[in-house]
Amino acid sequence: MKEFKYTITDPEGIHARPAGLFVKAAAAVPCKVTIEKEGKEVDAKRILGVMSLGVKQGEEITLKTDGDGEDDAMETLKKFLQENL
Amino acid sequence: MELQGKSVSQGVAIGRLSVYAKKDNVVKRERIEDTEAEIKRFAEARTKAIEQLKGLYEKALKEVGEEGAMLFESHQLMVEDLDFIEGAENIINQEKVNAEYAVARTGDTLAEIFANMEGNEYMQARAADIKDVSNRIVSVLQGNDDSGLNATEPMILLADDLAPSETVQLDKSLVLSFVTRGGSSNSHTAILARTMNIPSLITVDFPDDVDGKMGIVDGFEGKLIVDPDEALIESYKKRQEKEAEKRRMLQELKGKETVTKDGKSIHLYANIGGVKDVADVLENDAEGVGLFRSEFVYLESDDFPSEEQQFKAYRTVAEGLAGKKVIIRTLDIGADKQVDYLNLGNEENPALGYRAIRICLDQVDIFKTQLRAILRASYYGTISIMFPMIISVDEVKKIKKILAEVKEELDEASVPYKDVEIGIMVETPAAVLMSEELAQEVDFFSIGTNDLTQYTLAIDRQNAKLESINDPHHPAVLRAIQMTIENAHKGGAWCGICGELGADTTLTETFLRMGIDELSVSPSKILSVRDAVRNLDLSK
Repeated sequence: MKEFKYTITDPEGIHARPAGLFVKAAAAVPCKVTIEKEGKEVDAKRILGVMSLGVKQGEEITLKTDGDGEDDAMETLKKFLQENL
Repeated sequence: MELQGKSVSQGVAIGRLSVYAKKDNVVKRERIEDTEAEIKRFAEARTKAIEQLKGLYEKALKEVGEEGAMLFESHQLMVEDLDFIEGAENIINQEKVNAEYAVARTGDTLAEIFANMEGNEYMQARAADIKDVSNRIVSVLQGNDDSGLNATEPMILLADDLAPSETVQLDKSLVLSFVTRGGSSNSHTAILARTMNIPSLITVDFPDDVDGKMGIVDGFEGKLIVDPDEALIESYKKRQEKEAEKRRMLQELKGKETVTKDGKSIHLYANIGGVKDVADVLENDAEGVGLFRSEFVYLESDDFPSEEQQFKAYRTVAEGLAGKKVIIRTLDIGADKQVDYLNLGNEENPALGYRAIRICLDQVDIFKTQLRAILRASYYGTISIMFPMIISVDEVKKIKKILAEVKEELDEASVPYKDVEIGIMVETPAAVLMSEELAQEVDFFSIGTNDLTQYTLAIDRQNAKLESINDPHHPAVLRAIQMTIENAHKGGAWCGICGELGADTTLTETFLRMGIDELSVSPSKILSVRDAVRNLDLSK
């Protein structure tokens, strides 16, 4: 399992638009992907779950990839976070 | 009848009121035997809903652009969301009930989660999206068509709240204004109204029987007037014409130089408080950003904002302005704006207290983090740095020393940055009196008239009892401004104004005659100040 901690810098937090794009990117990788905020962990392939974390600017999330191709998946998704959120 | 609400988009609309009764899907709970067939019906309805949403996406793309259209893409994702699908399927399987009921209940449950997200207005507003999605699927299941609103003549549209899909299906040329009982300034309807440039009100508690009556929407005062008399309609028509004329004239000023009839030009910049204001700056054709209040990165954080966090914000603005000047003001916080992690405590006189540059020169680490973030961002545009609350030459020398240290550190780490202009806010009488010497040390001055007025007149600007004598046109304030400009020029620095007085067009001529080089005003005031400047002739 791979883990990556990231603090959201987008002033609007993880709002619908980037959440949609992120979920699409997560759905495209073969392994399990989750996001955790303050102990609450959700499936990153489900938009309602991701949005229900209500992540705001300045809050830290932990991205986890687990299973087949977890390294590549982590690279792709990490890059997405850094560039878009 | 006059009803009060909150305006989310300005302007005046006069027309017939049309109350939109939401086509509520009546969903009955029915027992079914063949759960598999029901789940298949549900899957087919989802496919059809997605087709509809794709169509709406295309329509929205043409009408409101990609930003607005993206919404329907997120709706598609919601239709395909496994929490949603599994939730409804579980209800079908376990309770042996019809798909309509299962979908409606799942939609309600999920919407509830979002509606209860305290302190996150944006996510709360998303509850409406989820309901909209589940309604769509229920409509498909029930075989209802996706009709939306029917309008044949221009009207003021009244509704509880409007779902995004309802507004997109609307013939926009017939809508004069949106008025809703619910809604928020972040809701889709509010955003749409602003894009369409029509007035819009929220939280107006109108009775249903106003349908068909004449009405006026006053988007300046947030009022809905039902059954207005002729005289009132006439006076609002005049207001409407005046607004339209003003808008037209201001649009004409876009792209024009800020120059007087006799050829004296000044820089006209915008004041902003965050990354989100960049769109306004560009829309109103400001020539740059004269004051970027960096406080928001501190106020919106629960802990010291990291260098990375600040760098991203500054860089986004610098890039957004595409090479135009961006003047970033360093941390300007005191005991009047509480930030827990700064541990500022309470003070008897916060305006005269431990604040702004005084904190930065005392807690140099905080200051250095910000300076490093600004310098790194400078590589991506044209950035200047401005320091608030200066009272002495000594402070400026200290700042320059710290700045040099930060540059050295960046050099050692081979981090690129550009040369930045540095300047100070002139907002204390001390800075005015020392302006001749200060001008030797910096590239520019920017006069903060709000604080300068408060400190010069010894009037607490928060004290309502003193409002009648709190006169920013006081000769002492104007004389202080004049002195600052003259001394700036003597020392080879340029001088601007970034306080509210800069947008006061009754003083534009005075400032230009004093020799001001720059005015920085809120984005919405840019064009009216440009208009004032272009109508001046200083040779007369």
